[in-house]
Parts: sequence; C-alpha cells; structure tokens
Amino acid sequence: MRAQAKLGLFLLLSPLLLWLTLLILIPHVDMLLVSLRERIGVGQYQIGLGNYFTFFSEPLYLRTFLRTAVMSILATAITLLIAFPVSYYIAKMARGRVRSALFLLCLVPFWVSELVRTFGWMILLRETGIISNLLQILNLTDGPVELLYNDAAIMVGLVYTSMLFMVVPLVTTLESLPDEVIEAGYDLGGSGLSVLREIVIPHAMPGIVSGCIVVFMLSLGNYLTPTMLGGKDSLWFTELIYSQFIVRFNWELGAAFGFMLLILSSTIVWGMLKLTGQSLEKTMG
Amino acid sequence: MTPDLECLNLVKRFGDTTAVDTVSFDVPRGSFFSILGPSGCGKTTIMRMIAGFLEPTSGDIQIRGRSVLNTPPNKRPVNMVFQHLALFPMMTIAENIGYGLRRKGMPRDEIARKVDEALERIGLPGIGNRKVDELSGGQKQRVAIARCMVLEPDVLLLDEPLGALDLKLRERMKVELKALQAAFDTTFIYITHDQSEALVMSDQIAVMNNGRFEQIGSGQDLYYRPASAFVAGFVGDTNRWSGQVTRIEGDEMEIRTDSGLLLRGASHGRPLSAGDSAQIFVRPEAIRIAHDTEELSHFDNRMTGRVASLLFNGAASRIIVQDPDGREEIEVNLPQSGEFAGLKRGAEVHIGWSGAQGNCFAAGVR
Amino acid sequence: MIPSIPRSRFLTASYTAYIVLFFIFLALPLVVVAVFAFNDSQFPSLPWEGFTWSWFFGDARPMIGVFHERPILRAIGTSAIVAVFVSILSVGVGLSNAFLFNRYRFPGQGILYVFMLLPLVIPGIVLGISILVASSRAAEGLWDMAQWDVAALRPGLTLVILGQFSFVATIATLVIAARLQKFDQTLEEAALNLGANRLTAVRTVTLPYLMPAMIGAFVVAFLMSFENFNTTLMLVGSDAPLTIAMFDRLKEGSTPLLNAVSLLLMLVSSGLALIMIFAQRRD
Repeated sequence: MRAQAKLGLFLLLSPLLLWLTLLILIPHVDMLLVSLRERIGVGQYQIGLGNYFTFFSEPLYLRTFLRTAVMSILATAITLLIAFPVSYYIAKMARGRVRSALFLLCLVPFWVSELVRTFGWMILLRETGIISNLLQILNLTDGPVELLYNDAAIMVGLVYTSMLFMVVPLVTTLESLPDEVIEAGYDLGGSGLSVLREIVIPHAMPGIVSGCIVVFMLSLGNYLTPTMLGGKDSLWFTELIYSQFIVRFNWELGAAFGFMLLILSSTIVWGMLKLTGQSLEKTMG
Repeated sequence: MTPDLECLNLVKRFGDTTAVDTVSFDVPRGSFFSILGPSGCGKTTIMRMIAGFLEPTSGDIQIRGRSVLNTPPNKRPVNMVFQHLALFPMMTIAENIGYGLRRKGMPRDEIARKVDEALERIGLPGIGNRKVDELSGGQKQRVAIARCMVLEPDVLLLDEPLGALDLKLRERMKVELKALQAAFDTTFIYITHDQSEALVMSDQIAVMNNGRFEQIGSGQDLYYRPASAFVAGFVGDTNRWSGQVTRIEGDEMEIRTDSGLLLRGASHGRPLSAGDSAQIFVRPEAIRIAHDTEELSHFDNRMTGRVASLLFNGAASRIIVQDPDGREEIEVNLPQSGEFAGLKRGAEVHIGWSGAQGNCFAAGVR
Repeated sequence: MIPSIPRSRFLTASYTAYIVLFFIFLALPLVVVAVFAFNDSQFPSLPWEGFTWSWFFGDARPMIGVFHERPILRAIGTSAIVAVFVSILSVGVGLSNAFLFNRYRFPGQGILYVFMLLPLVIPGIVLGISILVASSRAAEGLWDMAQWDVAALRPGLTLVILGQFSFVATIATLVIAARLQKFDQTLEEAALNLGANRLTAVRTVTLPYLMPAMIGAFVVAFLMSFENFNTTLMLVGSDAPLTIAMFDRLKEGSTPLLNAVSLLLMLVSSGLALIMIFAQRRD
C-alpha cells in the first residue's frame, strides 16, 4: 500500500515538475543568462550588466518603462472603480434570473478575442469612425475628430479588455457576503457609506486584490491595445521588447527588458499582497 | 404605561400570497414575548417588518407609542439578533460590539469602556481582541446579544438564534437567554418554531399559523387551554382523532371517531352541536393506566387494549395502546413510579381518562 | 444597499442608469464590429452603403468573403489545431495536478503550489520570449553537440503550443481542483467498500463527478488558446494562427472582411461558452 502510494505520488508529480521546470524555470534562467551577456564581437560574448546599464542610461527606455507602469496602475484603478458598483449590483441587488443574465452579459466580451474588441474600439474612435460621425451629425464639431492614437484611447481599450477579470472575482466574493450581515450593519445604526467602508469592502478585499493583480498584469503585458489604439508617442514597454527581439534581433537587450518587466510586475504584485495582508494562494488559488 | 411594541392590523402581501394577515398585538415593557409557529407561517416576516427590512402592506408598528413606519432600519430603536448571528467576520469581538457605538459617534475611550462592560456582563471578559471564528457557538451567541444590548434598544428582536446550536448547548442557552433578558431588563421578541424554547423562556407566546395569530397567552394557557385545534395540536404532544359529534349536553359531549370509537369530551364553551364534524385532542399524560378496571371507575372514558409498542425515553417513557378492535392507537404516558416498568409488548392494559381532558374543536377551522 | 434596505428613489434610479450605461459600454464595440460586417463598402465605417452578405460569401474582387479567403481559412484551421493540443495537454496535466494537491501531502507542497500559480503573474510576452530564448539555446546546443537540427525547437507551432500550455495549464488546474475540493471522499470509500479497487473507484466515481469541470476547463483552455496573442506573437513561425493573421491584416488597413471573421468568432465562442455553461449546470 505504501509503495503504491509512493508510485501514485511520483506519477502525479512528474507532469507538474516537467511543466514547471521545462517551460517556466529553465526558460527564465536562460533568459536571465542571456540578459547578462554582452556582445563584444561577432559571436563573442562576456558576462556583465551592460544590457541593464543600457536600459538605465537610455531615457526612452526608462521613460517608456515608467509610463507603462503608471498607466497600468491607473487602468487598474479605473477598472476597479467602474467594476465595483456593477459587481455589487449583480451580487447583492439583482435576484434570480436577472442576476445570472447580467453576469453572463459581463462574460460575453471575454469570449471574443482581444483583437476583435480592440478592432471594435478602432471602428468607434477613429477619424472616420462612429463617434466622430455622430458628433458631426449632432453639430457638436465642424469636421471629423480623431479620437484614436492617444493615451486616452489606450486607457479605454485597457479598461474594456480587463473589465471581466475584475467583475468575476468581485461578484464571487460579494456573493459570499450574507445579506444578514449587511442588514446587521444597518440594524446597528450604520449608514450606507459606513456599511460599505467597514463591512462590504473589507469582506471583498480578497476579490479586489485578485482582480487588481490580474488586471494590472494584463495591462502591463498588453501589446495589442497600445499598438492598435496608441499613437506614435504612446509607446508601451512590450513594444520595446518586441522590437528588440523580432525587429533588431538584439536578444541580449530584449531579455534584459523582459527581466525588468518581470521584476516590475512581481514587485507591484508582491507589494499589493503585502499592503492588504493577502497571499497569492488565497487570492488566485 | 405604553407598551414597548404595538402592532396594529399588520398585513404583508407578496403578490398573491398573504404572508401576514391582520395581526395585532402589544408587548408590555420588559417582557419576553415569543412568536411560535411552523416554518413559513409568517413569523420572520413580522420580525423583518419590525426591524425595518420589509415594509408592511398596511397596518402600523409603534415602538413606545410612536409609529416607526417611516423610520429607516438604521434609525429604529430596535436591534436584531440574526438567525445566523451575522457577526462581522472582518472585525474583532470588541470591534463587533463597538460597531453601533461608533456609528453613534461616541468617543473612543468611552466605547472601549462600554465594550469591556458588556463583555463582563455576558461573562466573557478579556476576549475583545479575538476573531469571530475563534469563539464557540454559545460564545458567539452571547456576543451577538451584547452587540445589540450596548445600544440600549427599546426592543430586542431574536430570529431563531438557537437553531444552529446542538441540543445540549441549546438547552443551556435557553436558561441563559432568559437570565440575560432579566439582567438587561429589556423587551425581547423571540421567534421560533421550537415550542420548548418558547414555553421555557417566554412570558407571553403568540402561536402563529398561515399568517394569523391563533392564540396569545402564557405557556400554561396554550398548553392547558388551547383556543384552537391548531394550538392544541402544535403545542405539546397529543392524541388526535377526528369524528362526528353525536350528543352534546352543556359542556359535556360525545364524539364518534371515524373508526367508530365512542369518546367523551368537553367543548369548553365552544359552539358545537350534534352532527358537527369535530376533532378531539387528549394529551398522553392525561390518560391513566391501570392493572384492573376498578381503579379507573371514576373516568368516563375507559378502555381495555394491548400494548402495541413500548417507547422508553427515561422520564418521558410512553406506550402505544391498541384498542380491542385494533382500530386506533393511543399514546399513553407511563407513570414515573416505575409501577409499569415490567410491561411487555402484547400485554393487556386498562386505560381511562376524564371527559374534561378531551378537548373538542369543530373541524375545518384548523 | 440591498433590496431590503429602503433607499431614496433618486438613488435607485441613478444606480440603475449606471448599470445600463455600463452594459452599453460593454456591448458597443462588439455590436459595431458585428453590424459593419454587413456594410456594402470597402471600409468598416460610416456611411452605411447598404446591406450585403458579400463579406461572408463573396467570391470576386474586391469583395472576397471569409469562406473564399484561403489564408484566413487556413489560419482558422491552424488556430483550431493549436487550441485542441493546448486543451488536451492542459486538461491532462491539470487533472493530474488537482489530484496531486488534493490527495497527497508531501514536503515542499506549499511552495510547489505557489510556483504552480506563478504563470498567472508572469506577463504573457515574457513567457513567450523566455521560451523562445530557451528553445533556441537548446537547439544551438544540440547542433553543436551532435549536429542535430530539431525543427520543433525553432519558432513554429510546437513552440506556440508549449508557450500557451505553460500558463493555460494553471487555469485548467484551478478549475478542476476547485471541483475536486468539493468532492465527498466518502463516495470513493463507498466504492472501495463495495468491492472496487482504488483505480476503478476513481474511474467510476471521481472522474464522472469531475467531468463538468473537465469540460469547462477544456472549453476555457480552447478559447484562451484561440484568442491568445502575446505569447503566440513571440513564438510564431511561418504558419500564423488566426489572431496573428488578423493582426497583420489590420496593420495594413481594415476591410469588413475582418468584421465578418470577428462575427464568426463571436458566434463560435458564444456557442462554446453555452456548451460549457450547460455542462456546468447539469450537476
């Protein structure tokens, strides 16, 4: 029996270890090694921090890096602000069929690829697009207006794309808050605002954190939305990685960029977890 | 003195169904009032209307003489102990108890003092920093009550708070709740479907069925002088037969059950006449058991039957007696003297009871 | 703020209005994409030139419909093949992981569980480049050592499948583990008690119980793979899956052909989503 259990453990453990070692661990170690490689001649390399030095000394790289971080945080905050009332409505106000219908409606955009969603916003926002035309018909502007290719358009695209990943965890945690507890809050003299602050939001914290982590990750690592909706000046850090890897074929610098992105995302996720006293297992698992 | 709570012709309809149908009652200051009824009878609806979570279709609710219909729940001078207690899991015990005081804007040190006082009062000093899930069921119960009592409400509502506890603890909490009520000297309104909870704790009990109050009275009133067939059947254990009234003379009467048994009973002033269909209720402890018929000669209902089964349950042991023709089964309490401890299944026994113990109600009224 | 708490009519009305606005925001881009698939024009924008099916069935320039556009059809096929492989791999590994974390206790389990969650917090593009770097280094190594040229290690469908699998597996694990968590283990004990051996008990009792979650995980994995862009972009070779093919087209300028493809995608995905919901609801 013991031997059998050991065999079972081994059989179940091996796919997991193969997956994590071959596809996650080794590639990241390789990427780290490549990023620490400096090219000193054709096919000749030495180990050093030169690529990271390049990253910190070139203003365009650093600026794009910080801009991407700040805009991703902003997109996360906006998504949370928009999604919270909606999730609360679905979880606590709507009943029965209406609730399931609204929840399903929230999921619909997710079933369509991000490309299609972004394409939709392009049709809406561009100079010849629907909104521009509508504004002209309503005589609010004289000529066509270009709403695409700026930071605001990126923001709309990011928020739209990530909305679902905020709504689902929020609805799930809010649903688990019994009506009785909210009623008790009112019964003991609480007002809408104090019940929200002291009861609803603390209860929803795991959902808020896990939603924020996912949305932040998706925004930070997004390539499609900034490329399609952003203008010439609104560069995203992933575009830099892409161009180093695919266009310039400078893998050493690209790997360093990748590592910087990984460090940034891990730091912010870690900080978010620490700040709210949550753990990765609890929020994601 | 104005009663603490008065409900006047309270009605609540949900669509076509009437959950609460013209209910009126008042609860005097400082008393323990229970609403007892089967699930779905509308008792929770009444409770939620008093707390302010439901709006009555018509009627009025007054607390200390003032209507609270237009007062939102967070402003009403009533507090509620919820069915699952609804302690806030994200807060400590002290934060839970202090929640309402914080809402009133009380200074911090005063809240701390009041919380400590309340913890002292419920016999759990020093647990203020614990988390809700570190407490036992009984402790949670007491914290939930303390959380309301620090606000000094005019009326405390309790919505079956013992339902989730195990049997032993429930028995203990009954006594404890009654003691807490006496200590706080506050009006308690308690809803339950468990008659023993209601009988043990309450000064007054309202028995509710199908949205109406069947009877309001003390535990003794309900038990010994039920006003309706429903109350007679719902409160306490009882033998019940339906049949037809064959003869009526003043308060005394005779009824023939559907299976043909002829029983004497009493109408206790209820309007019944010969030929009516009726129900008769006889409590198992009202029936005497004897070795020979002589001992039972003063009873007007007498019968000889066989023991169909023995239900041993300590002091509450019973037997089921089958009448000679095997038409009916009658539950009878065994005397606690142990006189019939040797009774076997199939043995012949004589039973008898006085007609005044057979409570008759016209059928169909339920 | 729940229905049992009385609140002012103004508040209720503005809350409802907000919810309505939100759903308009949600629906707008999709509706626009769908509607312009039927515009009889070279551009998916106003003015409306009339209704046409040409972007689906047209077979002559300049309006070649989806069903006659070879490259797009091929890309759809490529995406489907990739998605099927990714789903099978993910569900298989996910099932194994779920049992591992639910049924066994071993040293280092907690750390391994966190490690298993990590792919969710690694940006997709980083997953892509790291696998690209590792595989090409492995390919170089093999060539230097034994003059082997392993095509699978060059950018192409194999790498795309592995790249997508590397994070989809986590999601499949979570979906299946969530259901296994709810499984009442005494059912398995009952099966053993009734004469089954351990493997038979799992096969006849536990797996059927897990089936809805496995179908759910399969559909989610399929859709995630079908829609994946970031990881795929870094690993793709000459056979482009649909999202990459559409992206390349979109960069050159859009025609309602892309709307038509998008609309088809929406229909198929919604169909799959419905299948999943029914699979989930049956229990």
